Amino acid sequence: MNWPLYVTPAHIVRLYDRFEALDKEKTGHLRPQDFGAINRLAMNPIGDRIIGAFFSPGQETVDFHSFVRILAHFRPADKKHPKDPSMPEPVNSRTSKLKFAFQLYDQDKDGKISRAELLQVLRSMLEMQVTEEQLESIADRTIQEADLDKDDAISFEEFRKSLEKVNIDHKMSIRFLR
Amino acid sequence: MPALWRSTFVLVMVLLAISRPSLASEDTGNGTENTITTLPIVIWKWEEIHFPYLVALWVLVSWLCKLVFQLNPCLTRVIPESGLLICIGWVLGGIIYGADKVQTFRLQPFTFFFYLLPQIVLDAGYSMPNKLFFGNLGAILVYAVIGTCWNAATLGLALWGCWLGGAMGNIDTGLLQLLLFGSLIAAVDPVAVIAVFEEVHVNEVLYILVFGESLLNDGVTVVLFNVFDAFVSLGGAQIDAVEIIKGIISFFVVAVGGSLVGVVFALLISLLTRCTKNIQIIEPGFIFVLGYLSYLTAEMLSLSAILSCTFCGVCCQKYINANMDERSVSTVRSTMKVFANGSETIIFVFLGISAIDPSIWVWNTAFILLTLLFIFVFRFIGVFLLTWILNQYRLVPLDFIDQLVMGYGGLRGAVAYGLVLLLDENKYKEKKLMISTTLIVVYFTVMLQGITMKPLVTWLKVKRAAVSERTLAEKIQNRTFDHMLVAIEDISGQIGDNYMRDKWNNFEEKWLYWLLMTPIARKSCDPIFNIFHKLNIKDATSYVKEGERRGSLAFVRNESKADVDFNKKFGADFSEMMPYIMTENMGPDHVPVSSILRDSVPSVCLDMHEQDLKMRESEDFDAHHLLQQHLYKGRKQHRHRYSRKHLEVNKDEHEVQEIFQRTMRSRLESFKSAKMGVAPPKKISKHLKKDQPQKMPNGKSADNSKSHAYGDEDLEFSEGDSASGCEAAGGSFPMRAYRGAGIVNPAFMAEMDTMDPMPPMQQIPSWLAEAEVDSSNMVPSQRAQLTLPWTPSNLRRLAPLCLSTHSNDSFLLADSPATQEGISELPPPPPPQDGQGQGTHK
Repeated sequence: MNWPLYVTPAHIVRLYDRFEALDKEKTGHLRPQDFGAINRLAMNPIGDRIIGAFFSPGQETVDFHSFVRILAHFRPADKKHPKDPSMPEPVNSRTSKLKFAFQLYDQDKDGKISRAELLQVLRSMLEMQVTEEQLESIADRTIQEADLDKDDAISFEEFRKSLEKVNIDHKMSIRFLR
Repeated sequence: MPALWRSTFVLVMVLLAISRPSLASEDTGNGTENTITTLPIVIWKWEEIHFPYLVALWVLVSWLCKLVFQLNPCLTRVIPESGLLICIGWVLGGIIYGADKVQTFRLQPFTFFFYLLPQIVLDAGYSMPNKLFFGNLGAILVYAVIGTCWNAATLGLALWGCWLGGAMGNIDTGLLQLLLFGSLIAAVDPVAVIAVFEEVHVNEVLYILVFGESLLNDGVTVVLFNVFDAFVSLGGAQIDAVEIIKGIISFFVVAVGGSLVGVVFALLISLLTRCTKNIQIIEPGFIFVLGYLSYLTAEMLSLSAILSCTFCGVCCQKYINANMDERSVSTVRSTMKVFANGSETIIFVFLGISAIDPSIWVWNTAFILLTLLFIFVFRFIGVFLLTWILNQYRLVPLDFIDQLVMGYGGLRGAVAYGLVLLLDENKYKEKKLMISTTLIVVYFTVMLQGITMKPLVTWLKVKRAAVSERTLAEKIQNRTFDHMLVAIEDISGQIGDNYMRDKWNNFEEKWLYWLLMTPIARKSCDPIFNIFHKLNIKDATSYVKEGERRGSLAFVRNESKADVDFNKKFGADFSEMMPYIMTENMGPDHVPVSSILRDSVPSVCLDMHEQDLKMRESEDFDAHHLLQQHLYKGRKQHRHRYSRKHLEVNKDEHEVQEIFQRTMRSRLESFKSAKMGVAPPKKISKHLKKDQPQKMPNGKSADNSKSHAYGDEDLEFSEGDSASGCEAAGGSFPMRAYRGAGIVNPAFMAEMDTMDPMPPMQQIPSWLAEAEVDSSNMVPSQRAQLTLPWTPSNLRRLAPLCLSTHSNDSFLLADSPATQEGISELPPPPPPQDGQGQGTHK
């Protein structure tokens, strides 16, 4: 199998164990219900979105390859290997990580985070303490800060630009995938 | 600059003058039993107050030193402040020594450890970035504990080896003493690190590692110091395995115990601030008192006092910042900084002064040089070794450049000096040598390494700290990342630090918030909301500042209403206007102010807006709108279109001139027609109303369309202007001419005359009357009515309405052919007027 993912064999073994543990019915695929069985995920405000990210649009199951592929986004970026322009963008590069984060917001996949989509995320994260008006204000303010072409939505480029000071590699990496 | 040198010198002379009698009078301090023969009016009470007086004077002198070298900014850029303070300390010490032949003032260890150090440590803990600190706690502990032990051991052993080899000549010391010396000089000093790194701004991970290490290594230093001191007292023969094991145990007890004391006091402070809602005036004081008590309690129990104070600050900051009122929080923050910075200044000045004392100097070249060399070399070796081990486990490894800076940033400072002064002279025959060496080491690290730190950091291209504030988008995204990582860890079945952090957050939210925070604080402690709130306040402040600069705040209030009104009322129609308004209506920080106002103004104001809208709808809004639209078009537009700096006065004047000329023309015409019994204004108004739709797009200035949107603000703004009276009479008068009438559109004045007979005028009076009645009810236009137009045409109609004193005068003036200012502005009698009218017709 072709693994241009910079995931080591040790990782693959560990992840396969986990995959099998989640796949209770031994079908070789994971369905949303299998993810739902993870209790702690239910307490996560964006848990559902993360689960959704594993499934490509239109697909109802996740096979092991896709499972690993998504998780490989969270590998710390490899500084040792120089960027090879002929190879496709590695999955754990800064751009790929940002794309992953972007699609969490952009549920309708139109390439833009609209105000409504941002509101949804905010609502889930800020829970009960904040009133609807305040949420809307926060969403407006956020869009204002990031929206450079004034179309009242955040495109991927604007998203990337607003986070240029954040150390994405640090923020979106899991230690055990080193 | 010379002036300040002079004043400092004078101050020092005063100091000396005072200190001399103090020395002399110490013996005769109790000789106040003299019988008095007559009532003394004034007594010289030096003996009684000399101690607090000297203390206060020294504090003042130390702080003045800071002022001295601030005058020369290029100096502070090269040499760090701490270095300069030491230099000034040398100068002062020299002066005092020269005057007294003995060093009367020096840094006493008791003063240092109990009066000068605690506030620095408390401030360090209180302003510690917690997330960063606890995120890197593992690395910090490794450097602090293992690193310091390594430094102490290697230095002690190396010096001992050299001593055995005879390189140092004949000094009366032993292995244990050298190990003790090594342990007290090995520790990186928090005061020095703060002083130097504060000016360098390296990236936050690097900073937190060095800084955290400097704070936490006190646990090790205290233990090592006490252990070796006890060993020296016991003598070499008594040391066996039991003692060594006891030493190791004592490390854990001291370090962990000290931290626990700090945590207990943090809990106390948080609980206390929960109840102090009614004594907010003294609330900030509790933080300081309890923080100091945590330091003293740990010291009393012979635990690590610095660790206690640090953890007290670190643990309580979140809860007290949430519980206390904003003013108390800023009071605490500012006061802490004053104390900490003040102490730091005093420490460095006295470090300088203490050096000018020949009695403490024992020079042993080999000892001193070897110490310096070994400190440097072993620090680097230690850092590289430990980092290599840590990088196997860290998520983001530390690169070589950062390691270099970390090694170079191992500064020693006043803590080492304080500790060395505590040594017992009888046990340590070479105490003076150690003091001298410590001083040299401190000077070397603070001054030399301090001076070269900045160039080194620049040369090595170390990643610097991001200076700007976090935007809201970043904050939200950080939150999302946190949740994301937790979810991914759950899915992949790994227990990582995100999992632990999440667990801690849940525990905290469930139990600690309930226990330690007031119910109100609990609701509003969400970080995203907090930053949103802070950003809003910042915008509101800048908006108010902008408003104040423009003249008055009245316009600010109205403008806000106007903005929101428009959005609500016209929404889609003027959506293309709104971005214009938003982008143009910039505060000094280029933040779209109007929209932010919506945010920062809570729902209370929304009600007012609703009310306002209703008021306007009940009246003839179109009429009002017409008024606004045609009034003050020129001025207002300019204000909005250009920033305040770019207000092009010329254009304004041009507009003003045009309006003025037209006013003159119209006035004279109406004068004429008044005599003839016709009321041209009525014609004009009706005509205008009819023509308004078509005239609107092509107002007298090209940007009528824009003015449409600005209509409301036009009125309000100009009112603000005239209300504040900041316009010259010439400027404002033509405006006023159009206010009440609203009829006269300067653009079309000239055309009026040539128009055909007007349609029936029945509507006009009612409309006008309506407008006037309306305007008297409406808030904005009422202000418009305050300064009435004084064109003769309007005289009759507006007579019954309330008049402002201003226009009253001009009213009468215009009415009567008296020779006052109004008349002087009127053009000459009819014959030239026509020509003039034609001439100025556009």
